Amino acid sequence: MTIQFGNPDRPNSYIGKTVPRPNARRLVQGRGVYVDDIVLPRMVHVAFVRSPFAHAKINSIDAEDAKAVKGVLRVFTGQDIAEVCKPWVAVLAHLKGLKSPPEHAIAVDRACWVGEPVAAVVATSRAAAEDGAALVDVDYEQLDVVTDMMTALDPETPVLHPEMGDNLAFRRLHEQGDVDETFRTAHKVVSARFVTGRHTGVTLEPRSILVDWNPAEEQMTAWHATQAPHMIQTVLATHLDLPESRVRVICEDVGGSYGIKVHVYPDEMATAAIAKIMKRPVKFIADRLESFSSDIHARDHQIEAKIAVGEDGRILAMDVDDWTAIGPYSVYPRTSAIEGNQVVNLCGGPYDFQNYRARTTVVFQNKTPTCQYRAVGHPIAVAITEGLVDMAAAEIGMDPVEIRRRNMFRDDAYPVTSPANMRFEGLSHHASMDKLLELMDYDGLRAEQAELRKKGIYRGIGIASFIELTNPSPFMYGIGGARISAQDGCTVRMDPDGSIVALSGVTEQGQGTEAMLSQVVAEGLGVSPARVRVITGDTQVTPYGGGTWASRGAGIGGEAALQAARALRDSILEVAASMLQADQAQLDIRDGAVVDSTSGEARMPLEELGRIVYFRGDTLPKGLPRELVQTRHFITSEYPFAFTNGVQASYLEVDTETGIVKLLKHWCVEDCGRVINPLLVDEQIRGGIVQGLGGALFEEIHYDAEGQLLNGSMADYLVPMAAEMPDMIIGHVETPTGESLLGAKGAGEAGTAGSPAAVMNAINDALRPMGAQVTEMPFTPERIVRALGTLND
Amino acid sequence: MTEMFRDKIDISLTVNGEPVEARVPAGQHLVDFLRGELGLTGAHASCEHGVCGACTLKVDGKAVRGCLMLAAQADGADVWTVEGLSDLGAIKDLQDVFVERNALQCGFCTPGMLVAINELLEAGGMPSRDQIREHLSGNYCRCTGYEAIVDAVESVARVRAHKGAA
Repeated sequence: MTIQFGNPDRPNSYIGKTVPRPNARRLVQGRGVYVDDIVLPRMVHVAFVRSPFAHAKINSIDAEDAKAVKGVLRVFTGQDIAEVCKPWVAVLAHLKGLKSPPEHAIAVDRACWVGEPVAAVVATSRAAAEDGAALVDVDYEQLDVVTDMMTALDPETPVLHPEMGDNLAFRRLHEQGDVDETFRTAHKVVSARFVTGRHTGVTLEPRSILVDWNPAEEQMTAWHATQAPHMIQTVLATHLDLPESRVRVICEDVGGSYGIKVHVYPDEMATAAIAKIMKRPVKFIADRLESFSSDIHARDHQIEAKIAVGEDGRILAMDVDDWTAIGPYSVYPRTSAIEGNQVVNLCGGPYDFQNYRARTTVVFQNKTPTCQYRAVGHPIAVAITEGLVDMAAAEIGMDPVEIRRRNMFRDDAYPVTSPANMRFEGLSHHASMDKLLELMDYDGLRAEQAELRKKGIYRGIGIASFIELTNPSPFMYGIGGARISAQDGCTVRMDPDGSIVALSGVTEQGQGTEAMLSQVVAEGLGVSPARVRVITGDTQVTPYGGGTWASRGAGIGGEAALQAARALRDSILEVAASMLQADQAQLDIRDGAVVDSTSGEARMPLEELGRIVYFRGDTLPKGLPRELVQTRHFITSEYPFAFTNGVQASYLEVDTETGIVKLLKHWCVEDCGRVINPLLVDEQIRGGIVQGLGGALFEEIHYDAEGQLLNGSMADYLVPMAAEMPDMIIGHVETPTGESLLGAKGAGEAGTAGSPAAVMNAINDALRPMGAQVTEMPFTPERIVRALGTLND
Repeated sequence: MTEMFRDKIDISLTVNGEPVEARVPAGQHLVDFLRGELGLTGAHASCEHGVCGACTLKVDGKAVRGCLMLAAQADGADVWTVEGLSDLGAIKDLQDVFVERNALQCGFCTPGMLVAINELLEAGGMPSRDQIREHLSGNYCRCTGYEAIVDAVESVARVRAHKGAA
């Protein structure tokens, strides 16, 4: 059975249409249920004492004053927690050489970054817990710090973990072709140094967990703001020594995630350990200041890179030397080597060339750990690639669009393997570029830019092509030994009244997962989406799966839902055929009723079928299967990842006096395969673009040389606000993946992947008449006026 | 504690049109009082220093930050949260368009966003897109990219202005 997605008049055509999100109505009425909204009997609150030093030995902890605070019940040290919570080591076998020391939920004898938990205070209210935490007296002995990634491997730099031998966490070199010889003989070589700022996610809902341990049932229940509830279930069971069947993770509404909430955090593990020790519910809600120092950071890279091109603009070679620092520990269980690894995998992504060398060097340091954040590594790789391509175009006097056209893989070239050994099933760079140019009126904008330049107004147009890695297979984590599921499942059942319940392992953090699943199930089954109730985020109820990350919700979770819905349709029709004494092949389900598939004539409403199956089963043949519930799991098998592609453009104006950039308009054309809900995809792209614009223009975590975090508040760490953001035009090309019936690839990260490069190229396009260029993000007014030479001190 | 500095304060106010009497800790913020004591969890605490707007409430007719106002300061005040405004139907047109336009994703900022927008819309007139963006400059959204929110506000303002004119 194949669904004719191309035919808009097909029966039950919900895939490809905008339908409302079933959970949105609740959220606009303030009826969402986030972790902090849940109150349980006997619940207590925990606040953490966090290290004020980037590196310090903990000589002793005096908690007497803290315990005297009204409402404080107990104070826990690292040693107390270590007795019930095993430390973890975040390495993956397939990232050869990756090393990281054991990490404890609460530091046992040494703190390694500002913000690392060193003690926990439990009280009857969060306010009392905070009052107590302020009175815990920790005797620290400050140690030498490692803060500069570029000197972390120098012999004179102290080694952060002496047992590791050096500060190198991971290094990978990938080389293909004759890179050195190509650079030696090339027509032009352009090189640049790129820097991407250290970011954090700033989810509006801070990290949140409420854990209850019920010793009478030997059952742990964790309400958790997480993207991967089954992964957390496994981790809690493993490290707290519980059978996995005795751990239940529930995520109701989650207030923003972006990859921040897909990791295992020490303070959250400590909260679970405390619940187990105290045998009662314990709530931890990070406050904003601790979010900045304890949520994972990302994107802190420094890169030297060069490109070689021929006279005709053909790319001959690329050479990338990427450095990043990840804090004192690789983050569990996904590891902190993935981002650097992605830079190696993704540089040069859209382009057909032969000679490629990329190296990533990942080092330890005394700052907040970094790990996967939305579009892992993508904005870095795209900025390197697209920055170099634009510089090469300028060097040989070629239009930025023309140089891309000459190098992008042909749309009919697939499947192909890139110089980085990435396998592409089917991409659409040229069709996407065609659509982008049409949407933005490229020639018109270039004419406007030239006119305004005569008046001293400096506008720039920046283009950035990109690839995005989605629908990961076990090649991302599983083969490295991590218990992170790449498959996902969905159970679809019909109840007596003909209503449908779909239980899915993928989760909802606002992307619209529930709406997407309701559409897929509705079409697969033959009912309206409004009739489908979607349940996600409860490990005791939903099939085991990976959750929502790496843009896998629609491509993996959606396909599982479609297959389960089709299977349930078959079960229903088998029963219906028996009841109606009809040929099953001649029946279909349309709009909630069994119909004759040829004439469309109604034969029986699903309510009637449900009534008979559930209440008058005695009237059906004895041997007739009557399961009105089906479960299917899906995993990709042909390609390790379903790559998507797209192209973005930024139009902006640089005030050359102040260095202030005004974003005028932004365009993105992307190809996520089958579009299930156009409005939701567009809004994922827009939201992603704006997170990338934040990285391009505002966001940067600052530390001093001692590893002190300097801007740990929302007033100091700037994120995009409504007033600075442009309107965004989104377009699509659809190249469905052949891995699934649905054909959906991911769309969650494309916006973030490409927008910083588009902005960088636009700024440099604007500044080119002055001979100025910026490559260090974020492109603050100061960096721009320095590039212009008007600020020199 | 002496009478000079009491650590508990008796307050009497109306919340969503209903009378409330309570004895609150002197340092308790209004949003914590509403969430923790009254179970009105629609307003959210996020930055807790007046920057993000997720806790925005309507107090005596104005949009205020629930994390910057003490519960004790609300003595005698008329406080409305998103729950009360929803029950009244006061922002139904706005909520409908938010759902239709997908002007929210995770929804955590949304209650505060709606209360802030309500203040703009109650001022009447037809704000420009720039004015809408400016008015929302105290409300962070990390999911949407803002354009959908601006679109939603613009369309509700247009309908309301049209109704006003008719």
